[in-house]
Amino acid sequence: MKAAVISFPGSNCDQDLAWAFQEIAGIDTDIVSASETTLAGYDIVGVPGGFSYGDYLRSGAIASFSPIMPALKAHAENGGLVIGICNGFQILCEAGLLPGALQWNKSLSFICAPEELAVVNTDTPFSNAYEPEQTITLPIAHGEGNYYADPDTLAKLEANQQVVFRYRDNPNGSLNDIAGLTNAAGNVLGMMPHPERAVEALLGGTDGLGVFESLKQEVLANAAR
Amino acid sequence: MQRVELDPQAIKEQKPYLDWGLTEEEYDRFTSKLGRLPNYTEIGLASGMWSEHCAYKYSKPVLKTFWTKNDRVLMGPGEGAGVIDIGEGKAVVFKAESHNHPSAVEPYEGAATGVGGIIRDIFSIGAEPIALLDSLSFGELDDPHVRHLVDEVVAGIGGYGNSIGIPTVGGETNFDPTYARNPLVNAMCVGVMNKDQIQRGRAAGVGNAIIYVGAKTGRDGINGASFASSEFADDKQADRAAVQVGDPFMEKLLTDACLEVTRQHRDALVGMQDMGAAGLISSSVEMADKAGAGMALDLDLIPQREPGMIPFEIMLSESQERMLLCVRAGSEQEIIDVFTKYGLDAVVCGHVIDELRYKLYHKGDLVCDVPVSLLASDAPIYHQQGEKPARLEHPVAPAMPEITDVQSTWLAMLGQSTIADKSSLYRRYDAQVKTNTVVLPGSDAGVVRIRGTHKALAMTTDSNGRYLYLNPQRGGAMVVAEAARNLVASGAEPIGITDCLNYGDPTQPTHFYELAESAKGITSACKQLNTPVISGNVSLYNETNGAAIHPTPMIGMVGLIDDLATVTTSGFKNAGDVIFLVGETGDDFNGTELQKMLQGQIAGELFPLDLRAEKANQDAVLGAIRSGLVSAAHDLSIGGFAVALTEMALQGNLGADVTLNLTNAQLFAETQGRFLLTVPADKAAEFSAQVGALAQEIGRVTSGDQLHVQTASDAFAIDLTAARATYEEAIPCHMK
Repeated sequence: MKAAVISFPGSNCDQDLAWAFQEIAGIDTDIVSASETTLAGYDIVGVPGGFSYGDYLRSGAIASFSPIMPALKAHAENGGLVIGICNGFQILCEAGLLPGALQWNKSLSFICAPEELAVVNTDTPFSNAYEPEQTITLPIAHGEGNYYADPDTLAKLEANQQVVFRYRDNPNGSLNDIAGLTNAAGNVLGMMPHPERAVEALLGGTDGLGVFESLKQEVLANAAR
Repeated sequence: MQRVELDPQAIKEQKPYLDWGLTEEEYDRFTSKLGRLPNYTEIGLASGMWSEHCAYKYSKPVLKTFWTKNDRVLMGPGEGAGVIDIGEGKAVVFKAESHNHPSAVEPYEGAATGVGGIIRDIFSIGAEPIALLDSLSFGELDDPHVRHLVDEVVAGIGGYGNSIGIPTVGGETNFDPTYARNPLVNAMCVGVMNKDQIQRGRAAGVGNAIIYVGAKTGRDGINGASFASSEFADDKQADRAAVQVGDPFMEKLLTDACLEVTRQHRDALVGMQDMGAAGLISSSVEMADKAGAGMALDLDLIPQREPGMIPFEIMLSESQERMLLCVRAGSEQEIIDVFTKYGLDAVVCGHVIDELRYKLYHKGDLVCDVPVSLLASDAPIYHQQGEKPARLEHPVAPAMPEITDVQSTWLAMLGQSTIADKSSLYRRYDAQVKTNTVVLPGSDAGVVRIRGTHKALAMTTDSNGRYLYLNPQRGGAMVVAEAARNLVASGAEPIGITDCLNYGDPTQPTHFYELAESAKGITSACKQLNTPVISGNVSLYNETNGAAIHPTPMIGMVGLIDDLATVTTSGFKNAGDVIFLVGETGDDFNGTELQKMLQGQIAGELFPLDLRAEKANQDAVLGAIRSGLVSAAHDLSIGGFAVALTEMALQGNLGADVTLNLTNAQLFAETQGRFLLTVPADKAAEFSAQVGALAQEIGRVTSGDQLHVQTASDAFAIDLTAARATYEEAIPCHMK
C-alpha cells in the first residue's frame, strides 16, 4: 500500500500529512513534488494544506495548473483515492475534481479553532471507520473555507449523499454546513478541517484517526477483491 | 520621489543627512575618519549604519552589562540569534524583534514584515523555525484608531505566519493609553537545530563570492532603520514609503532553500546573514567586519525590481525576503543551483577582497570606498548620563484601593482589556501547523515538542510597562520573574531570554535612566533565575509629540521540558483536586490593574520583589510538577488571585471552593512569586511533605459552576457563567 502527498510550492501541511500517513497509519508514503508528472503506483494521493503559490490570485487557482495535475486527474478518473485537506480541498475544487468553491469565511478572518463535526455519511472510503452521525472534533485553520455551490449542484450532491462531514456549529458560513464532501463517484474527498492534526492524544485529540483508518481499510479491501 | 545625488561639497553645505538621522557632529566624525568629504552614497550608508537600530550607539553601553553566558549558551548576542544547548545534540535558537514604527504607520505590513524578519534571523543560523510568539501593546479599545491598529496588526501577523506555515503558539496583548499612537509590535521566533551546524554571518577568505538571494530589491523601506530611530510627530507626514511589504510565499521558499544549503552544502558555505534593517549595506558590511575582511560589490548585478535606482536606494532598501551568502570560490554554481530549484534569484554580486575597504561599483564607477570598520564596529558609541525622572520620587502615596462590592469588582476585573480572554485575536493565527504544538495559546506558555526526543520547549513573552513606570529597575526584574513563572507553571525549566527594549528617546537623560535602570533589574533577575540573555533588539524613540511610552522591555523566555509527560496546563482537571496557593500575598496595589481600574491612574512606589523567594517558589513548583504531583498550575500575575482562579475554572469547566486569610482587596494584589496549583487528593500529603510551608492548602476543585470564596471578612460566590460572559465577550464587544 502506497500513499503520495503532493507538495506544491507554498504547501505547509505536506510534512504533517505525510507524517500521519507514514508514522501514524503505517502507510508507505512519499512526498511528490508538484513539478512531477506521474502518480503511478500510488493507492492514495493526499493534496495537503498550505498556501500553494502563496494563494495569490485565488486559493488553489495557480496550483490547479501545476505539472502534476493531469496525473492527479487521471488517478481520480481511474478510481484512485484522493483526499484534499484545506488548501487541498480548494485546489480540487479549482481543478474541477470536486463541485463548488470555497469563499472567504463570513467573518472575513482566518479561523484556527477546534470544530465539532457530524459524520453524516459513513459509507465512503474516507469515513467507514466512524459510526453514523458520530460527532468528532477536528481543528480548522483557514481563511477561505466557506463552501458554496449553486442551488442545482447543491441539490444534486445532497441527493447523491456526497456530503461526508457537516459542522455542528457552522464557523464560516458554508452552505448546508458542509465541511467535507466527495465527488459523485465517491473516490475524491475534499475537507476543510485537518484530520492530520488530530491523530495523537499528546497534541489534543485523535478524532482524525478514523479518516486514515478508513482509507487503509478501503485499500486492503480493494486488494482482496 | 526622485532623489537628487548632491555632490560632496553640496552635502557639506546643505546637510541632507540631518533628515536621515545623522547629526552634524557625526557627519564631521565620519568625514575626518574618511579623510575627505563623503559622497552621497557614503554618507547615506553612514546614516543607516550609525542609526540606533544598527549601531546601538546609545544602548550598547547598557547592553554590555547584560549577563549573556552560562554553561548552556553556545552563542550569545551579536549574530542573527542566540543558541542554547538542550542536549541530545540539539540546540534551540531564538530571538525577538520590534516592528513598532512600521506598525504604527502601516499596521498590516508592519506586523507582517516583523514576523518575516525574525524568521530570517532564525534560519540564518541554520535552525528550522518551529514556533512564533508576539507581544503587542496598544492604546485603549474605545479609540477607533486603536481598534484599527489591533485588527490590522493581528491580521498581518496571521497573514504572514499562517502562510509560511510556522505556528503562532503564544504571546500577550496589553492595553494602556501610553501606547495609543505608538503601539508595540514585538515578534519572537524559536528554532531548533543540530548543535554542530551553527552558521554565522561571516564573509571571510579573499576571493570568496558574495551571493545575493531571494526577492528583488525595490524602493520600499528605504532607510527604514533611520525611520525607526526617530520619533513621531503630527507635523511630520507619516512616512509610508519607509515601510516594507512582505511576501510570505517567497520567504517559505527562501527558508527551505537556505536550510538545504546549511544542511547539505556546508563545505561550500562560509557565512549567511539576513538583509534586515538597513538591508544590503548592514548585512554585507557586518559580514565583512565580523570576519575582519574587505568587500567589493557590483551594484549592477543586484536583482532590481524597478529601473533607475541609485546606489543609495539599492543599499538602503529594506525590501523583504532577501539573504546574503558568502560562498567559497569555485562552489558558486553548486549554491546557485539550490536556489534555482526553488525558483529564486541567486547571483554573485561581489567578492571578499584583500584590503579592509568596503567598495561599491555602479555603472562602472567606484561610488563608495570606505574602511569596513567605519560603517560597523567603529560607529560612534555615546555614554549618556541618566537622570532620575521626578515622578519616581513618588511624593504622594496613593490611597489604598477600597473594595465596596467584591463580586462586582471581581467581574469588572475580568472584563479589563488586558486581562480579558484574547482568543478572538489569537484564533486568527494558525497554532497547530507542523503538528508539534502540545499546549495551545491560552495557557501560561506555548509548548512545542521536539520530534525524535521526549523533550519539549515551553515559550512565553511578557512585558509590564506599568511596573517599570513606577520603578524601572524592580519592574524590569519583575518582567523576567513573571516570564519564568509562566514557564515553570507549564513544567519547564527556564533556560534563557531574548528581549526587545522599547523605550523613549535615549538622548533624554530621564529616558536613558529608565533604560539603564531596567537593564540592572533584568540582569539581577536573569542571574538569580539562571536565564542568560542570548539575543535581542532595541527600539528607542517610541514617542509621539514628545511624550514617551512607559519603559517597556519585552522578555521572550524559553524553557526546557525533559519529559513530555510532565507538561502541565492551567485549567482545572478534576473535581476533588486540592488547591494550593504558593507564596505570600501582601498589600501590593501600586501599578496593578486594580489601581488602574479603581483610581484611573498608576501611581506610588512599586511593591517589593524578593528574587530569592521567587526562585525558591519556582523551584518548589517545578519540583512538584516533575514529581508528578500537580494536575494544574497557573502563575498569579495581572489581576492577582481572583483572575488566576477564574481562568483555571473557566479553562477546566469546573468550580472551586476556597478559604483564604486575605482581605478582599488582596484578592487582586499582584504580589510576585505566587502560583495556584491543584493536586489530586491522594497525592496531597506527598505534595505537602515535599513543598512544605511554601504552599498553603486553600480548598478544592468542585464540579459546580460557582467559585465559593471565603476571605478574612466575607463569604461570597462568583457565578462562572457570568464570569465567562464578561471574560470572553469583553474584547469582541469592543472590536465590533
